[in-house]
Amino acid sequence: MSLDLGFWALQGLNALQLSMLLFLLSIGLTVIFGLMHFVNLAHGSLYALGAYFAATLAGFGGYWAGFFLAPVAVAGVGVLLYSGLIRRMRKSGPMAQVLVTFGLIFAMLDLTRLFWGDLALAIEVPEVLGGRVALLGIEYPTYRLFIIALGLAIFAALAFVLGRTQIGAMIRAGVDNDAMAACLGINVERLFFIVFCVGCALAGLAGAVAAPLLSVTPDMGLQILIPTLIVIVIGGLGSLKGAIAGSLIFGFVQTFGAVLAPQLASVLIYALLAAVLVVKPVGLFPAKG
Amino acid sequence: MLELKSIQSGYGETQVLYGLSLEAKAGRVLAILGRNGAGKSTTLKTIMGLLPLKSGEIVYEGKPIATRPFDIAQAGIAYVPETRDIFPSLSVRENLEIAAKRFGRAGADWTMERVLGLFPRLGERLDNGGTQLSGGEQQMLSIARALLMNPRLLILDEPTEGLAPIIVKLIHDKLKELKEAGLSMILVEQNFGFATSLADDVVVVGKGQVVWTGSAADIRANEDVQHEWLGV
Repeated sequence: MSLDLGFWALQGLNALQLSMLLFLLSIGLTVIFGLMHFVNLAHGSLYALGAYFAATLAGFGGYWAGFFLAPVAVAGVGVLLYSGLIRRMRKSGPMAQVLVTFGLIFAMLDLTRLFWGDLALAIEVPEVLGGRVALLGIEYPTYRLFIIALGLAIFAALAFVLGRTQIGAMIRAGVDNDAMAACLGINVERLFFIVFCVGCALAGLAGAVAAPLLSVTPDMGLQILIPTLIVIVIGGLGSLKGAIAGSLIFGFVQTFGAVLAPQLASVLIYALLAAVLVVKPVGLFPAKG
Repeated sequence: MLELKSIQSGYGETQVLYGLSLEAKAGRVLAILGRNGAGKSTTLKTIMGLLPLKSGEIVYEGKPIATRPFDIAQAGIAYVPETRDIFPSLSVRENLEIAAKRFGRAGADWTMERVLGLFPRLGERLDNGGTQLSGGEQQMLSIARALLMNPRLLILDEPTEGLAPIIVKLIHDKLKELKEAGLSMILVEQNFGFATSLADDVVVVGKGQVVWTGSAADIRANEDVQHEWLGV
């Protein structure tokens, strides 16, 4: 292993790409939690569903059909989940919510098995993103750069909406103090529904863009759940800044840990998580300072 | 305008109000007085739908009041809580706009310019974070935000608590202006002088019920009630 500039560039980009995928997943989960104190452990299953939808749709209309329609379809599943289950469980406390959404993971796992089978599905990278780009002295896959760019673009768009628009101010007010926001005539329940659907769509998008990199398997939602929860706990609940910071920390520690200290890689992120919890139990950038 | 008929309410298993009844009349200021723990704040929170009404009835403008805080606010009741509840993640401007953009329709009484005219201090701090303000400024912001909802009834919970005398005087004068402009208000207050100088009507609450009803002038003259229920 040569530790030259190329090595750092390659691993740095890999870390960034993993971070962006985690960001797409964690932002929805963290804002949903911050706004309504609702724990949705099935968020990872929506990511898996996004990958399956993308794989199926790609079979009919090519990659871009999956890319654009899978998030919409996953948001549709989110609407069903919300009206069938989550709305009824809003007041039932975190223990019941964790149990039900945890059970939902297994229900969704078996549903994907039922519809798509146990075999891993593969999806082709579209031709325009298929090659490699010369960058910082290395040849890097264009598709991975696309994921990095997409993550950054979504981050910028969310930063704009949350920071500069009226609905963003309403969401931040709801995260700060939902009872007072309601007393100002804000329909916090409807706001939650909108945020929930956007969060589901982003989880679906993450699944759709991850599909060509990984093989699409029923348990991919379960595998991504723990990293997503670690990102949220490190970053702090409810904030965009926390989600991006937590994702970057996880992505870099995980990627560089795996190549620089492979024997420690599996515990490194947990050690960091423990350290953050000791020094700042609320995470680095929680919405409620 | 607002009538509470024998309401029972409280926090979870703990009951605080035991059949409390009172009436706030349009265009007047009603002060709710009483010792700590008598049920004054609980009454306001129950009106706003923040605590569930266990029994009894709340009638607002002739109809049973809505149950969700969001609908109650839409119906024209604005609330200035004891804790002020400025949103810390929002700037002063955003704290105001969040109310203004929803209720400040064309032709509305209260606009951004008018509340900043009432509290010029806020105009100098528009780009500050909500929590960078002093206690007095937070109280002004909380009242300004409530006014931007263009309410028909303004409910204030202990607006002078923890404030310096000069700020108490300022808040008093501003509320007096609002009263003279005809705004209906319900005021919960520990500061007896402050409350009775603003109020038209007074109810005294003790142990979750109304124990005395009368005018502000009556209670100023009634030392027995002051002594027994307020410890003045």
